Amino acid sequence: MKRRDFLKALGIGLMGIGMCPLLGKAQIFREPEEMEKSPEFMGVLVDTTRCIGCRACEAACAESHGLPVPDIDDISVFKTSRKPSTQQLTVVNRFETEKGEVFVKTQCMHCNQPACVTACLVKAFQKQPYAHVTWDKNCMGCRFCMYVCPFDIPKFEYEKAIPEIKKCDFCFDRFKKGMIPACVEVCPQEALIFGKRRDLLHEAKTRIYKDPDKYYHHIYGENEVGGTSFLYLSKVPFEQIRFRTDLGTTPYSKYQKIFIDVVDLIFILWPVTMWSLYELTKKEVGNE
Amino acid sequence: MNERKNLIKFILSELKPKGPIFTPFNIITAPIILVGLIIIAIRFLKGLGVITHSSQELPWGLLIGFNVMTGIPWAGGAFCMAFVVYVMHFEKYKPVVRSAILWGLLSYTFYAGALVIDLGRWWNSLNPFIGNKFGFQSVLWLIAFHFLLYTICAFLEFAPIIAEWLSLEKIRKLLHSIRIPVVILGVTLSTLHQSGIGALTLMAKSKIHPLWWSEYTPVLFFLESIFGGMAMIILIESLMYRTLPHRIPEEIHGNYPSIFIGLAKGCAGTLFAYLTLKLSVFIHVRGWNYIISKIGGWYLVEFIGFGFLPLIILLLGIKRENLGLIRIAALMILIGILMFRLSYIFIAYKWYLPWGEKHFATWMEIWVVVAIILIQIWILRWIVNRMPVYVIEQEE
Repeated sequence: MKRRDFLKALGIGLMGIGMCPLLGKAQIFREPEEMEKSPEFMGVLVDTTRCIGCRACEAACAESHGLPVPDIDDISVFKTSRKPSTQQLTVVNRFETEKGEVFVKTQCMHCNQPACVTACLVKAFQKQPYAHVTWDKNCMGCRFCMYVCPFDIPKFEYEKAIPEIKKCDFCFDRFKKGMIPACVEVCPQEALIFGKRRDLLHEAKTRIYKDPDKYYHHIYGENEVGGTSFLYLSKVPFEQIRFRTDLGTTPYSKYQKIFIDVVDLIFILWPVTMWSLYELTKKEVGNE
Repeated sequence: MNERKNLIKFILSELKPKGPIFTPFNIITAPIILVGLIIIAIRFLKGLGVITHSSQELPWGLLIGFNVMTGIPWAGGAFCMAFVVYVMHFEKYKPVVRSAILWGLLSYTFYAGALVIDLGRWWNSLNPFIGNKFGFQSVLWLIAFHFLLYTICAFLEFAPIIAEWLSLEKIRKLLHSIRIPVVILGVTLSTLHQSGIGALTLMAKSKIHPLWWSEYTPVLFFLESIFGGMAMIILIESLMYRTLPHRIPEEIHGNYPSIFIGLAKGCAGTLFAYLTLKLSVFIHVRGWNYIISKIGGWYLVEFIGFGFLPLIILLLGIKRENLGLIRIAALMILIGILMFRLSYIFIAYKWYLPWGEKHFATWMEIWVVVAIILIQIWILRWIVNRMPVYVIEQEE
């Protein structure tokens, strides 16, 4: 082997290894587990057995986020099942169930290990230390967050030339000022309570133990997709109030791990193997 | 100084159109491109909602579905041929390697460029590359970065041809000396981002039909880029041979049949591996439970109609040395890849939505996609008419 070829091979090898921190290893140094080491997550317990469908939370939410305030006396909205939109970050729906009608508030679940945060290639989505999943204006509008979110929460303003992603931010600005979320504050039934996620789980379990006939024995959000900050209690199985019960307990960011793991492998093995193949199949030239 | 003047004169003379302007192809395609550009202008002025059907339910539409998900595997021939010819020293495919790289380079520039149309906040599209907002943990970040790096690689692989065209011998020698490392880096990057496009679907597990969602999706997508890339070369070369035969040296003409049959063999091999892997996924998820349904029927159309059938036609074409059959199979494979990929954004994605809430592309989206392909073909024609794309390189 000529000195020049040796240097070339060395160069390629070093290039491959050099790329790893940039394109390989870097992929996993921000493991979602790290997020769990941060201060204790806050959360909201939504007890749907207490909700009376007054929609005060919808109005309070719109007001505190500068969005058009809905007419909450208009009960015709319950005729259809609504989803949060760019204009309404939270909505209350009515469902007919085996135990009568049930009102359910929907908004971002603020996952412990959110798929949207993992998906975002410019860190516009962030998981804040106290559980808020927030969106920032450096977003490029690729909508990968919408593609992956298991709860279909991020909404994009298609009709605007300068669009934004809209979703519940768990009243992050209010939290920084020491205030509780607008929807919780306004709820007349205490159907919503705000607190540390851990305490809320205790509270939810206590309610189930104290009144086992009233509640369906499951806390939605305790383990779903690795746990969420919004926790739900219900008197009927969650399928009946249109919750997805097939999401599993694996955090969604974990599903791409199988790919991330082989990135390093390919960056190390491919260049070296190919260089070997190149040398192996090279024609003999001259009297080398 | 005189040399530089001559060079500029030469470039200016090359910029002028060659051959007749008012050919049927030009007369039909020019207005299509023009209208396409107008639609793109409307999108930037009025927002995405005006031209696309993308919605809160189905956030990705044809613009991403074609440009990223389909155009990139169609361009896979560039890295396959560079690997086969420059790394593995297969002389047989030398006549097509330059045009394969050219198609790859144009595809990456155009489709990555066209992606900006679909980015809602396009003015931030440099954020993944500069500043401190690197989302390392995102597969999409890897893809964005690899697109950029691979486009540079493809350009460096093609640059010696530009240097030859401009008779810049020193630059050509320099570019030639770094070619092997660049090719190797290019193949590595291609492996990762071609499979990475498949990895985008992994996190949408709950929204993709079990027949389509699999941890093997990245591998399947990588294989698609290999046989899809080769099918594309078969079609592009056939087209070139028919439309611009005077740009292809006489001595290559006779080689074409054996090149096509060789490519068809490579295509058939990877397609067979692909179908086997897909079948194993089908068995893993107990696919027979889903197959008796509308969506199951679609799966069968994809698997049998655009996977198994082209394989049979390819094998027949190889056995009978029938180039017509091989071209038909290649076309079916390309359409098949378009269908497999669109499944991940329209059909298998949120298969549970009622049909009425589903939407497909608007005519404007389709128009934009067609216009972009046509622009690509115009530029391809411009380059092939001027630069020495079809030249058998001598060993140095």
